[in-house]
Order: sequence, then C-alpha cells, then structure tokens
Amino acid sequence: MSDSQPTSASDAPGTAPGASSGSAAAAAAAQAKARRVSDGAKAPILPDCCNLGIALRIVVAFNVAGLLLALGLGAADGEPLARLLEVAALLEPALLLSMALVCAVRRRVNGLKIQQQWAIGLALPVVVSVFACGVVGHSILPAAPAGSFALWLLVRAAAALALAWLTIEFFRLRALSFSPSLSEARLQALQARIRPHFLFNSLNTVLGLMRGNPRLAEHTLENLSDLFRVFMKDTRELVPLDDEIIVCQQYLAIEQLRLGERLTTRLELDEMPGDALLPSLLLQPLVENAVHHGIEPRTEPGEIMIRITKPAERVRVEIVNPTSEQQPTRPGNQMALSNVRERLMLLYDMEAELKTTEEGGQYTLVLEIPYRKERRRRDVRRHFNPYR
Amino acid sequence: MSDAISILIVDDEPVARSRLRELLADLAPEFPHRIVGEAANAPEALSQIEASQPQIVLLDVQMPGMTGIELARHMSARAASSETPRPMPLVIFVTAFEEFAVEAFEVRAIDYLLKPVRAQRLLEALRRAVTRLPSDQIQAIEQLAKATNTRRRHLSVHERGRVILVPLEQVIYLKAELKYITVRTREREYLIEESLTSLEDEFSDRFVRIHRNALVARPSIGGFERVTPTGEDDAGDPYWQVVLRDVPERLPVSRRQWSTVKNLVS
Repeated sequence: MSDSQPTSASDAPGTAPGASSGSAAAAAAAQAKARRVSDGAKAPILPDCCNLGIALRIVVAFNVAGLLLALGLGAADGEPLARLLEVAALLEPALLLSMALVCAVRRRVNGLKIQQQWAIGLALPVVVSVFACGVVGHSILPAAPAGSFALWLLVRAAAALALAWLTIEFFRLRALSFSPSLSEARLQALQARIRPHFLFNSLNTVLGLMRGNPRLAEHTLENLSDLFRVFMKDTRELVPLDDEIIVCQQYLAIEQLRLGERLTTRLELDEMPGDALLPSLLLQPLVENAVHHGIEPRTEPGEIMIRITKPAERVRVEIVNPTSEQQPTRPGNQMALSNVRERLMLLYDMEAELKTTEEGGQYTLVLEIPYRKERRRRDVRRHFNPYR
Repeated sequence: MSDAISILIVDDEPVARSRLRELLADLAPEFPHRIVGEAANAPEALSQIEASQPQIVLLDVQMPGMTGIELARHMSARAASSETPRPMPLVIFVTAFEEFAVEAFEVRAIDYLLKPVRAQRLLEALRRAVTRLPSDQIQAIEQLAKATNTRRRHLSVHERGRVILVPLEQVIYLKAELKYITVRTREREYLIEESLTSLEDEFSDRFVRIHRNALVARPSIGGFERVTPTGEDDAGDPYWQVVLRDVPERLPVSRRQWSTVKNLVS
C-alpha cells in the first residue's frame, strides 16, 4: 500500500523529535517487534497464566498432586485432615501468588533471551514460595523446631523449584507438539501460504486486464504484491486488526475481478476494534475459504458478509457465505479451518472459540478471541481503497 | 472466411475469456480463424456447440456447476452415438493448475494449456489440434474422464436449439425406442440420442438393465409383479414386471435379465 509507507515514515519523526534519538527509537522498535513476534511463538518459556484455560489446568494439577501428598502423609501418621489443611495452607498462597506474578510479568519477559526467561520463570515461584511458606509457617502452623526452620524452608523452596521447572517444561513441550515440526508438515504449511492456485489465477486476471484496463491491472499487481509480502512473512507475528482486514480486502478485490458479478461482499466494520492484536493471516484464510466453498462452486451470484464487533472484552468475527452442494471447483487447501483452529488453540487455549453453523443455505463462521490491545498508539488508521 | 477455423471460448471468468480473445487476435495472421462465440457455463457451451458447430473449443477445466472434463464428456457422448453424425469439436483444455498426469495428455491426443496462457503455446496447441482425428479425441476424452474419476452427473437433452441438463438422480428409467432413448423423470419424458450400451457402462452403479431396451434406476424400483398375458391369442408365458416408484408405468423384465434383476429384491 503506497499510503501506508508515508504513515510509518511520518510517525517516526513525530514520536522522536530529537534527531539523535533515531537509533534508540530503532532499537526500541526492534525490541517491541521481538516481543510481538515472540508473543505467539514457541520461544516464550513462561506459561500464559493470564489465560483461563492454562491457569485452570495448572491449579487443578497442583491441587490433585497436593491432595495425593496429603493423603499419603495422612496415611502415614493417621491425621489426614490436619495434613490436608497444612498442605493447602502452604500450597495455595504460593501457587496463586506465583501465577499472578507470572501473568503480570509474562509480556515483559517474553522479549528476553531464553536463559533470562528460564531464570525468571524459576526464580519467581521459588522466591514467592519461600516468602509465602515463611509467613504461613510462622503464623499459622504449629511452630517448627527453631533450628531446622531454615532447613524446612529450604525443602519447600526446592519443591517449588522442581514444580516450576516441571510446569514450564510441560507447557513448552505442549507448544512444540502443536507447531509443525516434521518437514512434511512444514512443506504443507508453506504451500498453503504460497497458494499456487491463487497466484496463477490472479496473474491470469492481471494479464486479461492489461490491454483493456491498464490502470486496474496496475492496482491489482500492487494488491497482489502486498498480499504475497504478507503471505511470506512470519505468521507468528501479531498484527493489528486494521492491517489484517486490509489483507482480506486486498484479497477480495482480486477475487472480485476474477469472479465478476458472481461475488458481492458486505463488510460491517463500524464496531471493529482496529487496534486489537491478532496473529497475522488468521482471518484471510477464512475469507479465502468462504470464497472457495461459497462462491466459486456456484453458478449463481452469492454474497460474503464479514462483520467484526467487540462484545465486552472480546473480538468477534462473523463470516457468512452461501452454501453449495457442488464440490469446490478446485482442490483447495481443506486444511484452512483446522489450521486456524490449531493456531487458536496454541495461542489462546480455551479463550478462543471457533464455531461453524449451516442453516437455511447460509454457512456461518463465528470466531471469538480475547481483545488484546496494541501498546503503541496509532495516530493514523490505515484504510483500504481499491480505487486509489 | 470459409476456410478459417471456427473457435468457441468456454470459461466462467470474463477476464480470462477476454485474455484468450486478445491472444487469438494476435495469432490471426499465423492462424486464420473466427471466434464463433463465448460461453460462461456448461449449458451455454453445449447449446452454442450445437448451434455453431465450432471446430475447436478452448475449454476451461475449473468451472462451477460442471467441470470442463465433464462438459467434454457430454460433447463426446453426443458425437459418438448419434444416428445423425455430428462432428466432434477438437478440445483444448485450459487450466490454472498442473494436476493431471494423465495418459491422454501424454499421447498428445488432447492438449492442455496452463493459465496464464502464452501466445506461442496457444498457437502450437491450435496447429496440433487441427491435425487430430475426432475418433482419437473421443477415446482420449473417455480415458481422461476415467483417469480423473469424472462422471457425468446430468444427461444433456437437446430440445429446439436449447440444451436442458437433466440431473441423473431424477432419471427413473431409460428406454431405447427407434433412434432415440426416452429419459423418464417424475415430471416428463425427454429424448436423447445416445447408445444404451454406453449409458449402461457409464452409469452401471445406478442403473440396471431389465430388458434389451431398458435401464432402470435402482432406487426407483418399487417391486416386481408377475403377469400372465391373457390375450385373444393363446396365452403367452407368464413374465415379470417392474413396479416403479413415482410413475404409473410398468416395465417388462426380459427372461434373460430376470436372473440378475431378481437378486435386487432379496
């Protein structure tokens, strides 16, 4: 987009008036980008304790383990209830406080080096546990023998260290297992991104326009190169919704030329939170899917409707397309939907939702993700204008 | 312009059609031709082929409703078995993706062009097309349909210059009568010019032969009844009849077919 370049170029002098601070600003930008990239990547070590699903899993796992421990100890000395209370009194404050702190610092830590992340991830629970157990041990529990109190605390700290390591390692491996690691899966992912069908069809459209409408051919090539720049980018990067929707619009503008009156689009974006962050290329494959299954196989015209709203602190995307009994006219990537699901699971766990329904000849896809705002304020919103 | 080769362009995308037209215009000095029409879908294409009898059809493979290969299958079925011989147009497929590694292409009985099409490549394909024999071409299309697992999902009925596509699942029975085959649906009858034997081969999973001159759709068989003819002449041997769902007619089962047909009941 030619109008996006000046936007960022004019941003820089505006936000950094001092001429000498140029390199500092660049470094800060690089760091900010690293943070954004790593937010969705497998690189971050700390589990996302702000995420309800992940937090629940941790709490349940720890409590089950604590319960078993209490039962074991209780069976040994015949006082299970007292043991249970003791374990709970030591475990819960340390656990909840650690998770709250991890949740608070996670975003800051994510941009750091792996070793630093590990150090913080292990140190935090240990310090918190020593503190919490110290307070609880002093005030509530029957006084431990004074001489061995330090030793008693050391054992708790060691347990906290081991448990923190286990937890972090578990979520790290889980994240790895979700990301395509086999070479075949990588290749598939790459092909899905390069989209040979789309490329050749689009080039054919451009060639068809070249003589009759050179200006439109130019714009189409511009849109196409913008799109492929995004296709080839790191899809782990988080982008503002404004940018993602422009990608969708550029895509639709190209398909519009090819499909002519068979495709009509309706975008309801008045309530869209443009500053919401989401993984790059999360929506475009869904729109492509709608064209592929809803419009291409049909002989009659059809409409694709995209509505984005912000109910409470969530972003809701609705994509509606007509259904068709006909098979898709080309072998497309059937993986689009499952791909998106997988990425959502990895990024948001239980906090994202993707539902599809089919009713009355309409296929409706509803996607909901948590509303996470962009830190940096954008002074100028990008807008898509196909006729620019 | 009588010796100029006539060409029909079939593609659902308007821009793709105009691109082909431009390329053909460029090639006019080297390959004299006239474009007799353009079609955006299968029924349009079939009726234009019938009306203007083009020698060459440039046929897009990926089209909504009916693929190019399926459309070619309709063309070859019409050309192969009609009593009144119709010339088979020479087909050049146009596709955006290289996805068939099919013998038909390897022996060059049919050509296909990759989108975006180059003028030089189009010229080669046109020159090669005019050297081909229609009979080879019909065979090649059948091979191609088999290899790509493409089957017709309609029967094309030509009626007063129009083409009606009758979905196969609506057909109750097919009955050969003189030069024509009667296609019976719940609402009405149509006439097509094809051979019953090749229809039987093509749609063997849906239709069963009950008589030398009739195929019945399996789902339409309601039952059988035994009939003893009571004519004025001496009564013939008793025989079986098919009772059909949705239509009142009954069709006789020949003695030869009864052994296979009766297995359908049990």
